Amino acid sequence: MSEKEKEEKKGTNISRRSFLKGVGTGTVAATVAPATILVGDPETAEAQTDEAISKSEIQLNINDQVVQIEVEARTTLLSVLRDGIDTQGNYVDLTGAKLICDKGECGGCTVLVDGKPVYACMMLAMDAQGKQITTVEGIANGDELHPVQDAFIQHDALMCGFCTPGFIVSSVALLNENKKPTLTEIKEGLSGNTCRCGTYPFIFDAVETASQKM
Amino acid sequence: MASWGEASQSRLIGKRIARLSGKDKVTGKAKYTYDINRPGMLYARILRSDVAHAAVMDIDLSQAEALPGVKAVIPLTEAGRNLRYQGQEIAAVAAETDDIAKDALRLIFVELEELPFVVTEADAMAENAPQIRDWEGNQSKPGINEQGNVQAAFEEAAVTVEATYHTPVQTHVCLETHGHVTEWTDDQNLTVWASTQAVFGVRNDFARRFEIPANQVRVITEHMGGGFGSKFGPGVEGHTAAQLSRITGLPVKLMLTRRAEHLVAGNRPSMTQHVKAGASSDGRLVAYDMRGYGTGGISSGAGFQAPYVYHVENRKTERFNVATNAGNQRAMRAPGHPQGAFAMDSLMDELAEKLGMNPLEFRRINDSSEVRQAQYTLGAQEIGWHRRNTVPGSGTGVKKRGMGVGSGQWGGGGGRGTQARVTINADGTVEAVTGTQDIGTGIRTAIAIIVAEEFGLAPTDISVKVGDSGPGLPSGGSGGSQTTASVAPVIKTAAMAAKQKLFEHVAPLLKAPVDDLRVGTGTIYVASDRTNTVTWNQAAGLLGQESISEGGNWDQELRQGGVAGTQFAEVEVDTQTGNVQVLKIVAVQDCGLAINRLTTESQINGGVVMGLGQTLLEERIMDPQTGRMLNANLEDYKVPGTYEIPEIKSIVFDTHRKVTGVGEPPCIPTLGAIANAVYNAIGVRIRELPITPDKVLTALAEKKA
Ligand code: FES
Ligand code: FES
Repeated sequence: MSEKEKEEKKGTNISRRSFLKGVGTGTVAATVAPATILVGDPETAEAQTDEAISKSEIQLNINDQVVQIEVEARTTLLSVLRDGIDTQGNYVDLTGAKLICDKGECGGCTVLVDGKPVYACMMLAMDAQGKQITTVEGIANGDELHPVQDAFIQHDALMCGFCTPGFIVSSVALLNENKKPTLTEIKEGLSGNTCRCGTYPFIFDAVETASQKM
Repeated sequence: MASWGEASQSRLIGKRIARLSGKDKVTGKAKYTYDINRPGMLYARILRSDVAHAAVMDIDLSQAEALPGVKAVIPLTEAGRNLRYQGQEIAAVAAETDDIAKDALRLIFVELEELPFVVTEADAMAENAPQIRDWEGNQSKPGINEQGNVQAAFEEAAVTVEATYHTPVQTHVCLETHGHVTEWTDDQNLTVWASTQAVFGVRNDFARRFEIPANQVRVITEHMGGGFGSKFGPGVEGHTAAQLSRITGLPVKLMLTRRAEHLVAGNRPSMTQHVKAGASSDGRLVAYDMRGYGTGGISSGAGFQAPYVYHVENRKTERFNVATNAGNQRAMRAPGHPQGAFAMDSLMDELAEKLGMNPLEFRRINDSSEVRQAQYTLGAQEIGWHRRNTVPGSGTGVKKRGMGVGSGQWGGGGGRGTQARVTINADGTVEAVTGTQDIGTGIRTAIAIIVAEEFGLAPTDISVKVGDSGPGLPSGGSGGSQTTASVAPVIKTAAMAAKQKLFEHVAPLLKAPVDDLRVGTGTIYVASDRTNTVTWNQAAGLLGQESISEGGNWDQELRQGGVAGTQFAEVEVDTQTGNVQVLKIVAVQDCGLAINRLTTESQINGGVVMGLGQTLLEERIMDPQTGRMLNANLEDYKVPGTYEIPEIKSIVFDTHRKVTGVGEPPCIPTLGAIANAVYNAIGVRIRELPITPDKVLTALAEKKA
């Protein structure tokens, strides 16, 4: 495509999506003249990059420690925990919470915000200011594991373990609310979490065991 | 000759033992590839085709390159090439932050000319369909197999059934997406953290790709978040990460997005089979004729088992692949088996009904496996088979219950190629090192159990080092349920050799011959005089400045392949909403010698849950109009969640004292068991998975009409 064409595309208001809508596709389209498709998205890209993206320095309280960090408006709490570099230049490195779906569908990124379970992929870092954030790394009391953690190990409520941090935090949140949940209540309390290895039966057993110990 | 000894003699083997990695996993300390943060690390992303088939006309990376924070942009295709499925790679970016990498992708300009495409099997096989690969009519040459005399057998058959069974494409949905962190220490030495099922396979692949010696690539997989057959090589994403790393001189992390994971990281091919089968009046399966196909996307490999498990003398099968503009299939947990089992177990029930036989009895007549015969008895008891509807659909009320049974088989006997070392240090510590990887199956713990049993120690006393090619002790990829059966014999013989060496040091002290020495619990004693003993630490202390480090060898006698399994399901079908709730699954799984009963039970649970997902929920949905996958996320692509989980009774069925793998087999019989239970509940058969409420309601409506 020529420089001129590119300039023109930039200037138009045709987003990639509406552009594609106009394109005939499917086997039906086999008889239609080939269409040109543009894969970049000049409009949005410009919006994001034309001006320097402003950053602000914020303070977060994570596992009873103050973290001082520069974030953009779009930075999520999860990205601070996992990828963030604080103002001292150190990785925050709380990688227990996982990004699995990036859309509030799997619970892999669950943390406690003021004691309530929250999907950290769905919360902006800015909005987490002034709140108590507890990640899976902050669930144990020093070397002493939380009863939920002990029970998960005892019952083998984990296989690959990638979903486990999310399940641990959700289980703790559940038991904080409901000391003696029934099996149905356990399923309800953990319905926001997904495990592909299929450890569910032993997770239910583990939460039940933990509830008896708490 | 080495043997695992009698069950009554085992202190640890076959018991329920907590996983060694448990503490790291519940505290969030376990580091997966996704969690690796290296100083100065860049984040990489890949720009992918959003159309099913197109010719690349032009790629312009200049604006992306100019974006502040972007360190490298590379093309992954070029003008003149074709993109053959949605998600295929176009270009890649490495930037200081993930958000900048995302922004940069939007600044890559690509001009594509769209080409005709097919994304469904029906469209691919339609007359005048565009040919998308070197197969006439988009169909590979059929593989035909005939045994016995099918035609004559059909004439002899008392009943016949003709039906079409279909299973759709399923994706692996590894929760940790495919990905790597790559770091060049200099231009000849590469370190890779890989989310892989094959540490050494990945090492060798990188070495070939970058033309450096294999021993200058180090691959590390301390923990990994699920593979299910899809993670055996670096793939485009791995090579791209290393390439970007090389250009920038910085570590690069490149993990696939959830969307890409669905599109390009493998899938279980679909299956459609038209089958006709006949049985004699005394219940023998006598004739079988099947023509079937599946799509593995643009690649081949859409095979499936047919017939399956049950013996049929006269059979003819014809299979072929159908090409579609979709991402490649890859091995997925028991490739070809669950699909085949669904069709075969449905067929068996349909034949049994025509014969007026109990489907379990019909299976018994046609199943030559003694193990499964015993499993049928046990499973039937556990589920309460006598409670099933003798007339399908005869239950009253809105919610109707039913029961079904299904079967499966697998190999899992392991193979040569593993090197391992067991080391005893003078301070009494023990290390076991091998280049296998723990993909969630618990091999790390199994290794500790084997060594601890041999030494009279606790599993937690053994420091197990796996998932690293650094020590140069290769092991094969974790596929085919081969890991435990491949690794266990080598670890066992290494531990035996190390123990022998330690005994040689201890014998003079105890003034007893080496072959009179035994291990107790944390002790070594003389068999003929049990009071004559030293502690483990005293014994190890005799090593002084030395340590004992022994390798092991592949011992055929310690492992065995070939497992049988059966499952029974009880379901409840809501005839108003069409919802199928599985109430209970009894899974009776032949496990050979289970090293760790607890993690083996987890494997069985996991297999059942995945099988349940395939039966009731999972389906990759392609839009024939746009050529795109409509559910490339975790909301619309349904995997089982807490609400779907029934009571699962996982029975580790001990058969012999030899190690066998069981990662795959438990996901096989679930499909037929649930599908047959649904039929038993409502009296209409659904021959197409997943059995979703719309299909149930449609079937019920058709039955009424
Ligand atoms: S990653 Fe946040 S809910 Fe899935
Ligand atoms: S343990 Fe692997 S996803 Fe849950």
